[in-house]
Amino acid sequence: MAETIQPAIQAAKDERLKKEGIGSRLMKRPELGAIAGVILVTTFFLITADGAMFTLSGIMNFMTPAAQLGILAIGAAMLMIGGEFDLSIGSMVAFAGLIFGACTVTLGLPLILAIPLTLAVAAGIGAVNGTIVLKTGLPSFIVTLAFLFVLRGASLVGLKIASGGSTQLRGVRDAVEDDWLAPLFSGDAFGPIFAWLAQIGAIETFKNGAPKVPGIPVEILWFIFLALVATYVLLRTPQGNWIFAAGGDRNAASNSGVPVRKVKIALFMLTAMCGALVAIITVMDSGSTDARRGFMKEFEAIIAAVIGGCLLTGGYGSAIGAFFGAIIFGMVTIGLTYTDFDQDWFQIFLGGMLLIAVLFNNYIRKRVTGER
Amino acid sequence: MTQDTTFHHGDVSTDVRPIIEMTDIEKHFGNIIALAGVSFDVRPGECHCLLGDNGAGKSTFIKTMSGVHKPTHGTITIDGKPMNFSSPRDAMEAGIATVFQDLAMIPLMSVTRNFFMGREPTIGRGPTKRMDVQKMNETAVEEMRKMGINLRGPDQAVGTLSGGERQTVAIARAVYFGARVLILDEPTSALGVRQTSNVLATIDRVRKQGVGVVFISHNVRHALAVGDRFTVLNRGKTLGTARRGEITPEQLQDLMAGGQELAQLEGSLEGTV
Repeated sequence: MAETIQPAIQAAKDERLKKEGIGSRLMKRPELGAIAGVILVTTFFLITADGAMFTLSGIMNFMTPAAQLGILAIGAAMLMIGGEFDLSIGSMVAFAGLIFGACTVTLGLPLILAIPLTLAVAAGIGAVNGTIVLKTGLPSFIVTLAFLFVLRGASLVGLKIASGGSTQLRGVRDAVEDDWLAPLFSGDAFGPIFAWLAQIGAIETFKNGAPKVPGIPVEILWFIFLALVATYVLLRTPQGNWIFAAGGDRNAASNSGVPVRKVKIALFMLTAMCGALVAIITVMDSGSTDARRGFMKEFEAIIAAVIGGCLLTGGYGSAIGAFFGAIIFGMVTIGLTYTDFDQDWFQIFLGGMLLIAVLFNNYIRKRVTGER
Repeated sequence: MTQDTTFHHGDVSTDVRPIIEMTDIEKHFGNIIALAGVSFDVRPGECHCLLGDNGAGKSTFIKTMSGVHKPTHGTITIDGKPMNFSSPRDAMEAGIATVFQDLAMIPLMSVTRNFFMGREPTIGRGPTKRMDVQKMNETAVEEMRKMGINLRGPDQAVGTLSGGERQTVAIARAVYFGARVLILDEPTSALGVRQTSNVLATIDRVRKQGVGVVFISHNVRHALAVGDRFTVLNRGKTLGTARRGEITPEQLQDLMAGGQELAQLEGSLEGTV
């Protein structure tokens, strides 16, 4: 009798399968919203902004802040997919800046020591954050909020000690200028290529023949590199699957043999190290570090991740989405200066964009899970 | 019982040695005696139903069987050898897989990602070590097809599957990863008629592959439709084990309710009570 029932059940299943169009398949990609946002914002500025915005130097202009934020946003996105938040990454930029400054200026360490040391301190603090969250079961929101203040305060106090009373530590540039590792973390890459392009007239030049864009700022390369690595990890490695699983349902994941604690602590460490990387790059660029560095960046990074399709509840999102989310940020912050609009529209835009992204993500989640 | 035999095909020979045999299992939590002498065994290719009302000790017992709890007294043998599980992982390595009611499924993730969660096959080595996505997709679709579910695609989110289909994914996953004994914790309790029949058909398929199935339920009809043997648990004790055809739904129901009519059942249970 079962033999007659089974085909009947299967036939019933088949007729219920609706063909899925390309449109609705695309709708299910988490990064769709961010890509649509980039197109929208680009169109907006193509119409309203001065043409200079989309020249090579204009693009570098908005890609540089986008990259600095984006490195944080990629870390934040990975952590959010893993089901946790880190509100302390902005303060981490300041604190790591202090550590880096102290290593190079006060202690006079070469970069080969100073950079790993800074990253290690950041990773250690990330691990503390993660361990507290996982041991106590408290929401990561509140634990990392505490560290937002602790690290900001520690940066202030530490800077006063290191600089003898000031909240700024100068002299980083002089200390690291001749270091052989410096070109990896500061300045512009591919300088000779750009010089050559200027020579043959392919790109804009100043009157003296030097290219207007001397190269690609290294942070943009780091940003692209990290986005690619993060996407590869999320989509193609077992560890990526564990991140989605840990964020989607902690119990289900650990019942299936996913090392949830290790995954989450590693993500906290990664996010903190993203903060430290931004600190190293920006401190070397400006030659000094101060306690306000990275102020409010934690929120901007989370907003970029949400625009990129991350759900606040975890288990869903993409690094490429955060990549585009950060580009939207950079375009709007810098783009407004190319228009006649008041720059302060930026914050209104920010809030509006976040709201639209959350509503959109909520809708997508319902479609993906088939909730009604 | 003709209408109940829909999902049953032939009897299992009784001379096969049980895969897992649990004798006089007791489990105490402080001064609470959750299990007070439970004996249970599973043979390859049979579906052994464990019936009992709420609070009878079903959950404690399956958690003991799947390595979550250590029994206070009693012995567990696997293939005749005494075993001592210290964690669920030990039990899993011995081939005891449990599908709990929450199914350990993540709705937002695709069927493939859920299917291989925690046990992803990889190719390459060192930094190029990555998931074998093609193999994963093919396997997931193929295993689900064997269970009678045609996926839209391997990337279909589990959230879009029905409750019965999710149950089937969980069962297919356990079987694919080498389960010899499959413990199903109330797999039909939250399902509609049609989805229930799907799951019962799945149980029958799995049994035919030689897997021993432990079917926990408090629904006598579902148990009788697919079970080979029936053990009733009441107040932490086994009231007896009956074979298919030796017991009626009414008798099972009475046993689960507390065995008030035990005396008159003794004959049909061959004195095992």
